[in-house]
Amino acid sequence: MSSTIELSQVRVDSPAGDAILRDVSLTIAAGEAVALIGRSGAGKTTMLRLVNGLTRPSAGEVLVDGVSLSRTDLIALRRRTGYIIQGTGLFPHRTVLENIATVPRLLGWPAERIRAAAEETLARVGLPFERFASRYPRSLSGGEQQRVGIVRAIVSGPSILLCDEPFGALDPIVRRDLQDVFMEFRRNVTVVFVTHDLAEALRVAQRVILVDDGRIVADAPAARFVREPLPLVQQFVASATLPAGAA
Amino acid sequence: MTAEILRTTWEHVLIVLAAVSVAVLVGVPAGVWCTRNAHLSRVLLKSIDAIQTIPSLALFGFLIPVPFLGGIGMRTAIVALILYSLLPIVRNTFLGIRGVDPVVREAGLAMGLTRRQLLREVELPLALPSIVAGVRIATVTGIGVATIAAAVGGGGLGTFIFRGVAMVDTRLILAGALPAAALALLADLVFTVVERRILPAGSTHRTDRRRRA
Repeated sequence: MSSTIELSQVRVDSPAGDAILRDVSLTIAAGEAVALIGRSGAGKTTMLRLVNGLTRPSAGEVLVDGVSLSRTDLIALRRRTGYIIQGTGLFPHRTVLENIATVPRLLGWPAERIRAAAEETLARVGLPFERFASRYPRSLSGGEQQRVGIVRAIVSGPSILLCDEPFGALDPIVRRDLQDVFMEFRRNVTVVFVTHDLAEALRVAQRVILVDDGRIVADAPAARFVREPLPLVQQFVASATLPAGAA
Repeated sequence: MTAEILRTTWEHVLIVLAAVSVAVLVGVPAGVWCTRNAHLSRVLLKSIDAIQTIPSLALFGFLIPVPFLGGIGMRTAIVALILYSLLPIVRNTFLGIRGVDPVVREAGLAMGLTRRQLLREVELPLALPSIVAGVRIATVTGIGVATIAAAVGGGGLGTFIFRGVAMVDTRLILAGALPAAALALLADLVFTVVERRILPAGSTHRTDRRRRA
């Protein structure tokens, strides 16, 4: 069960009064995978945080499944929205299993069901349950930590998956591995994926949106995005190491 | 004499225990509250900082004329010690919670933890080493400061020290000072054990905590 997401003429002002997003409108269909790319400070992360209500719009409306977030129970929404971020945000005082169990526990799942789901999902990211369940995040490599981060975000079958440069801090090989792992989970969920890496955007998403200075400046299917004539698009194309044949 | 030293030592322990307990009950929530309200944190942390600068003998003196809280006796001693204990406990709670990795806090909120759940399940456990370090400072310094309580008739080991000073009797001074020093060392030892036990297995906060303390 995936959700639709809509931003309708959304403006977000910083506490100092500067505009972070200016009049952004955007519709994401259920099950679609969208990448938001742009330079640092363009407003990508702010757009992402609007979807689970971590950031409130100063004007305009955010709707999930057609319902405005101002009329939605945000706590309930967040429990069915996976969130994967750079640095993982794993709880350092909790084991891998306890971390993964966070949302299922909030949803009131019985212990056996949590264990079974954790075991299955860990296996899908290549981490054997017996070896990893009782370890603490600190004892894992960066790649392993982010695998656990992915498992924690998707174990309860969310309808939306929000990703904020999740693989930004990883080396290129691990990064490539995790993009493949990520593709496994892209079905049955609406994905919004923030990255500044065009190659990554083209790999994980069907549609790429370029954000600049708080506005959407390009929005195209992944297959066509690199042919957009906009100079900023071409700058991203020039700086990206594209997979063979993509250009 | 031995019986009196034992009785007075026990009295001393009670004064410090009572004061630190109240300071924890008040100080930890106050520290948490400070992390939620920037304006409050400025005012509150400054005020308890100011209390700390009052010389202890003067603070005991100031409290004597205060109705309900002050007067002559153990109550005044406890009230003054509570005021002194607040600073390390409030500040370490505040710093401990503020020191929680923002990414961890953000992840907790994004997963649908309520503010209260975030506090109980994430912020307090991660801040615990810092909070305990604050209680340790409050207790160890409290054992020293409590000797001055005798000046306002508060009892405790200071009784011997003040009497010894008045009579220029070194043995009497030592009868108060040595048990007080021993108590402080003992308390420090107890906290060392406690800190080691509460340290969660996944934590690497040992060095952080020392620095914060």
